[in-house]
Amino acid sequence: MSNKVIHAVFDDDDVLLEAVKNVREANHHIEEVYTPFPVHGLEKAMGIANTRIAITAFIYGLTGLGFAVWMMNFMMIEDWPQNIGGKPNFSYAENMPAFVPIMFELTVFFAAHLMVITFYMRSKIGPFVKASNPDPRTTDDKFLMEVSVEGDVNELTDLLNKSGAIETKVVETH
Amino acid sequence: MSHYEAPIREPLILGDKSYHDISNDIAAPIEGKANKWWWAVFSIALIAFLWGIGAIAYTIGTGIGVWGLNNKINWAWDITNFVWWIGIGHAGTLISAVLLLFRQKWRMGINRSAEAMTIFAVFQAGLFPLIHMGRIWNGYWTMPIPNQFGSLWTNFNSPLLWDVFAISTYLSVSVVFWWTGLLPDFAMIRDRATKPFQKKIYSLLSFGWTGRAKDWQRFEEVSLVLAGLATPLVLSVHTIVSFDFATSVIPGWHSTVYPPYFVAGAVFSGFAMVQTLLIIMRKVSNLEEYITRLHIENMNKVILVTGGIVMVAYLSEFFVGWYSGSSYEDFTYLSIGAATGPYWWAFWALILCNGVFPQLLWIKKLRTNFTVSFIMAIIINIGMWFERFDIIVINLSRGHLPSTWTQFEPTFVDIGIFVGTIGFFFVLFLLYARTFPVVAQAEVKSILKSSGDGYKSRRDNK
Repeated sequence: MSNKVIHAVFDDDDVLLEAVKNVREANHHIEEVYTPFPVHGLEKAMGIANTRIAITAFIYGLTGLGFAVWMMNFMMIEDWPQNIGGKPNFSYAENMPAFVPIMFELTVFFAAHLMVITFYMRSKIGPFVKASNPDPRTTDDKFLMEVSVEGDVNELTDLLNKSGAIETKVVETH
Repeated sequence: MSHYEAPIREPLILGDKSYHDISNDIAAPIEGKANKWWWAVFSIALIAFLWGIGAIAYTIGTGIGVWGLNNKINWAWDITNFVWWIGIGHAGTLISAVLLLFRQKWRMGINRSAEAMTIFAVFQAGLFPLIHMGRIWNGYWTMPIPNQFGSLWTNFNSPLLWDVFAISTYLSVSVVFWWTGLLPDFAMIRDRATKPFQKKIYSLLSFGWTGRAKDWQRFEEVSLVLAGLATPLVLSVHTIVSFDFATSVIPGWHSTVYPPYFVAGAVFSGFAMVQTLLIIMRKVSNLEEYITRLHIENMNKVILVTGGIVMVAYLSEFFVGWYSGSSYEDFTYLSIGAATGPYWWAFWALILCNGVFPQLLWIKKLRTNFTVSFIMAIIINIGMWFERFDIIVINLSRGHLPSTWTQFEPTFVDIGIFVGTIGFFFVLFLLYARTFPVVAQAEVKSILKSSGDGYKSRRDNK
């Protein structure tokens, strides 16, 4: 395994997409692509699997729902039952209509926050994280493809230039 | 032709922009200096805010007896303002979540500011129930905490407790939604910042966002799921706010139509506030090419629809009250008694501002005019404040027992707190407008090729 990568900079998303396809067809490995905005079809072209974050949100939502039911059952039915407005709290099911709003709110609360926390952890972003994009222009208007070098550097550089890269740079990785 | 869009669709980004132009335009207000007007408006807002703090401190120090509340009218301006502010907040979530689910591209020019407005409006709203407790230092009793902390378990049968959960969920989810969307834009500002202090601040704010392909994939999925969660959430919030009234037995409040009617009213007033803010902001921050006449017109259309729903609700409330033949219904906020009684001015302010004037927006010439849109937005803001005032004060002033009928007189403290929240809101919004990327530039860049004027005209004239 070589420890060299090429940073190829593009200035158009359509050119980038074509280039990603070309590079992959030539059996090179794309380490990463940095873009200033979501380029549609890029993850497909790169062969990135679908994200499963929505599934986690569903599970977190169920957790929140379960927590809400457990909490209100414990507080209102088991621990300290009260007769409120002539509606004694004998069982959870009988009082359930009054508990629906909070069952819903906690479902959303858990799903939303835990999903976002999962996103931040999986993508390694969060407070005090230092940005690691190799070129500051990739958050503005440039697109950067990081390709690992296996074999001939010049051949790969040619391919990238032919695919529309405006700059290429060989970088040593450690 | 992945970027094809029908030529008949009007462009959403005017001028022949490149990606870099968009970065420059969005970063300009942050990198530039504030002008005289900003300082003038900011100073006025700050003074109003300070006055509000004084009025709140006086209330907390002395007790809510300093308000104009009396035996019969025990809710008045405070809850009016609470519902008014929380309703205003709803437009931001509607724009960022509901319009995302409907794939409306025009939301991208305005969603950031609308969400900011949501968050700042919910801050103001949250203040009122807190100070209305009287003993604000016991506010934590609304949390479900064990009995040793001084209270019994909270009562989960109470709509007021549902409010606590609904509003805190709404506020926190809105903040998270907003902040996640801001990360790529903070990163853009970070990477072009030249001053070390600015770079440091925006590095911190951007959470180390780099724009990797996998991150973008997750980002888009998270946005979609958050939109899917925020849509029922925003509907639930004003539904639950309406339960504060609808689950009671006060004539005029005990009404099953309240939840949908409140939600429509909230969106109505919220869009009016977005309109008020953005018509000024597009001028001051030079964003006329991103927040265009088309955006304003589309918002006016939403105002027209939701205003129509609200008007139908008024008519049905009026009719059903009258048709019931119950004498108590003769004096509810939508009744002949209200229209001709001592609160006739509040009744007619509601009908004129929310029902009659907005109908002018059916005329295309008027709804595409910035000045008319601005004035209309102000009228609707006033009208929607009166709606809540009417629901609360008129209904409470005419209870079951005519000998208890009374009027409400606000004190200077009531007025001070209300003006203070307006000041606080504008202080926050003005600071936001100077320090945050006020347009979701990453999203706007993604629609530049399909909806940008330059790209569109080149494609269509081929």
